[in-house]
Amino acid sequence: MNIAPYLLLATLEGLVQASVLMLTALGLSLVFGVMRVVNVAHGEFFMLGAVGAWICATLIPGPPAVAFVAALVLAPLFVGAIAWAADWAILKRIDYNPEATIVATIGLMYIIQQTTLWSFGPNAQAVDAPFYYTLRFPWFGYSTYKFFIIGAAVVLVGGLLYFLRHSKVGLVMRATQFDRETAQNFGISVGRVYSIVFAVGAMLAAIGGVLVVPAQQAHYLMGHDPLLLSFVVVIVGGLGSIPGTIAAAILIGMSDGLLSVFFSPTLAKIFSTLLVALVLVFKPEGLFGKAGR
Amino acid sequence: MAEVKLLRTQGLARHFDGIKAVDGVDFTLHQGEIRAIIGPNGAGKSTFVGLLSGRIKPSAGRVEFAGRDVTGLPAHKRVRMGLAYTFQITNIYKEMTVLENVAIAAQNRLRPNMLRRNPGGEAEIERLASEAARSVGLGEMLGETAGTLAYGHQRLVEVAMGLAQSPRLLILDEPTQGLSDGEIANFNAVVRKVSETATVLLIEHNMDVVMALADRITVLDQGRVLAEGTPAEITASAAVQAAYLGEPA
Amino acid sequence: MVLHNKKLAALCLAVLVLLFALQFVLSSYMILAATRILILAVFAMGYNMLMGYTGLLSLGHAMFFAAGVYASGMVTYYFGVSLPLAFLIGILGAFAASLIIGLLVLRTQTVSFMIVTLMFAQAAYLTTLYFSRYTGGDQGLTLPTSARSFRLFGQILDMTSDLTRYNIAFAVFAVTLIGLYLITQGPIGRLFVAVRENEDRTRMLGFDTYRIKLVAFTVSGTVSGMAGALYGLMFGFVGSSFAAFQTSIEALLYTLIGGPGTLLGPLLGTTVMTMLIDRLSGLTTAYLVVIGVLLIVVTLWFPAGILGTIRNRWLPWLK
Repeated sequence: MNIAPYLLLATLEGLVQASVLMLTALGLSLVFGVMRVVNVAHGEFFMLGAVGAWICATLIPGPPAVAFVAALVLAPLFVGAIAWAADWAILKRIDYNPEATIVATIGLMYIIQQTTLWSFGPNAQAVDAPFYYTLRFPWFGYSTYKFFIIGAAVVLVGGLLYFLRHSKVGLVMRATQFDRETAQNFGISVGRVYSIVFAVGAMLAAIGGVLVVPAQQAHYLMGHDPLLLSFVVVIVGGLGSIPGTIAAAILIGMSDGLLSVFFSPTLAKIFSTLLVALVLVFKPEGLFGKAGR
Repeated sequence: MAEVKLLRTQGLARHFDGIKAVDGVDFTLHQGEIRAIIGPNGAGKSTFVGLLSGRIKPSAGRVEFAGRDVTGLPAHKRVRMGLAYTFQITNIYKEMTVLENVAIAAQNRLRPNMLRRNPGGEAEIERLASEAARSVGLGEMLGETAGTLAYGHQRLVEVAMGLAQSPRLLILDEPTQGLSDGEIANFNAVVRKVSETATVLLIEHNMDVVMALADRITVLDQGRVLAEGTPAEITASAAVQAAYLGEPA
Repeated sequence: MVLHNKKLAALCLAVLVLLFALQFVLSSYMILAATRILILAVFAMGYNMLMGYTGLLSLGHAMFFAAGVYASGMVTYYFGVSLPLAFLIGILGAFAASLIIGLLVLRTQTVSFMIVTLMFAQAAYLTTLYFSRYTGGDQGLTLPTSARSFRLFGQILDMTSDLTRYNIAFAVFAVTLIGLYLITQGPIGRLFVAVRENEDRTRMLGFDTYRIKLVAFTVSGTVSGMAGALYGLMFGFVGSSFAAFQTSIEALLYTLIGGPGTLLGPLLGTTVMTMLIDRLSGLTTAYLVVIGVLLIVVTLWFPAGILGTIRNRWLPWLK
């Protein structure tokens, strides 16, 4: 048996997964980095992005590409608005206490999931890809849309990095991350920054959801795996570190893709969860590190 | 008089990112004395007692307590050996009552092993705790929530917690900071009483307190011992005058 | 033995008398509900040892509950071990699991602690699914008829009888309540609270706080697992759902509602929540939304829970 085609396929699938993961995990990482809180509902923002894409595809007539572009704009905005509201209604009121935030976002997770179940239904729904063109390899055909996912993720992450490095908002975010008190003394409204960061983090997850849905289908429980994998990425990459998160996303996305081809997905997940736990137990300083505790 | 060495350091040093907070201190404390450590701000006093108590790990040197090398011993084991430490910044259980605060400290003495039953039990713990609280003048406030007390009283809770451990050495890190004159007088009386049973190491800025209490004084400057002697000798020392007493404290 | 907190002791006694008397007045449906409440309350009381008294918020107690369920259920299912012995094995299993996991997770604090306990519990849950050939996975294992009764002191106890089940659950609950009273209202409990309130200070009073936390963690996990063993054996079912995330969240919510760090809070919280969820069970999964909303509401406005609020306002001995 020739193993090369399998490896190629696994690599491609791994790259696609890594791309989506990179976006989603960056959202989680950004929120942790600046606000020092862990958002357990992050996977639900991803799911809402996917469901948003399906809603756009259902409601907007014309070619799928139109609905897709609309979804790419509207779904993240919608999700960002929800995150903004959650930040205002919940997180600000508990003063971003790290433990309380986890408990509250678990609550938010259940609420979003069940509300989606009621409105969207229990079935998985497919969305047409914006374009169909299959690239022919000697052994199998591969959807060019998946290449588009990779490209889009790279462009978006590049844009995000540029934005963080060079825009005024990015500077303010980094200043707040570096030292909350000093930032406040320099007249930065930390509360404002937190709202923006929380919304942007959620929007990144939502974009991941929109991108993935033509390849994967939307379902109200689809947020679980991205949440788990984002945790793995963010913790392995060093919480709050953007370059670390990107590197870890590629590593984990690729290896998860490869592992899932050769092993049972359950086994791969057991491996990931134990990895996160053991990294936090034995290497906390480098990874969960500077958060103090 | 044959003096028993309770605590001794040799070449004790601690560097933070190249800054020598404590730089090779040889220091000996005899049983039963009241020793004050003074020195200008940044002289390394707090780092030094942090090294003694085990809260800070030394970069070099060693610490001996009660004839035993404790350099590698974690803080809680040193405390268990009788080296009690009260914090410069009041560090008590704010949500608990005064009695409960002191009871936790007293419990250490009675239950070296938390799983072993103790014949005295709860009643004995509470008796010792209230005794310690009374001796610093908190007898009327046993049931009050510690965090709601006035600042001076919170400082006294700290001292009572130190006392309740019936330590061999009680380290008081700037205990009178923020106290009123009346409170300081009461505090001085408390420390004298403590010194009947324990050795006292006092880090203090208030020279009146130092002069009233200390048998001997050690002056730290820039992480080193600048001078050591009786209060009279220290007051007379030109070097100390220049480094410390000349400055408005 | 001198009772330290006499008012609380009297209240506990009154609660026990009341619970015992319930079997003479309740309908058989309500008896069944009360049986479940008592067992789940034991679970929440175990959880409360760690979360309420010691201040360590675990998101993974499902794994200890499940350790009790699986250790006791599988020895019964595969080796036909008698129920009392299986119950002991369940407790032992949970003890071993919590000791080992505790040694690891207690190296972390606050947020890391929450994530690590969550991850270990997820790994345990996934493991029960992965080995579904032995564990039955989601479908679970139903214990055979031979494991539905046992003989104790010459008496045959039938696990399909409502009253027998209620009285066994009551006995386990009573023993747990008394045991935890003795732990929490004495010197050990004081150390748990001392660690919660100010760990650094406790260390500087000469206590090995890692050890204190390990004791709290192990007591907590073992009691939780005891509840799991009882639940599985009593209702004759072993399944992965016991190990799922939601089980951990239920223990958290029961404790939060009733009042973390109060001895009777978990019983009250479990009672309130179980009744509420029963009412809502007609609306399929509506109760998950209720759990979600309550988690947020409690965090925002009610962090001390019912009994905790009463304690803070009026009855300081209620702890």
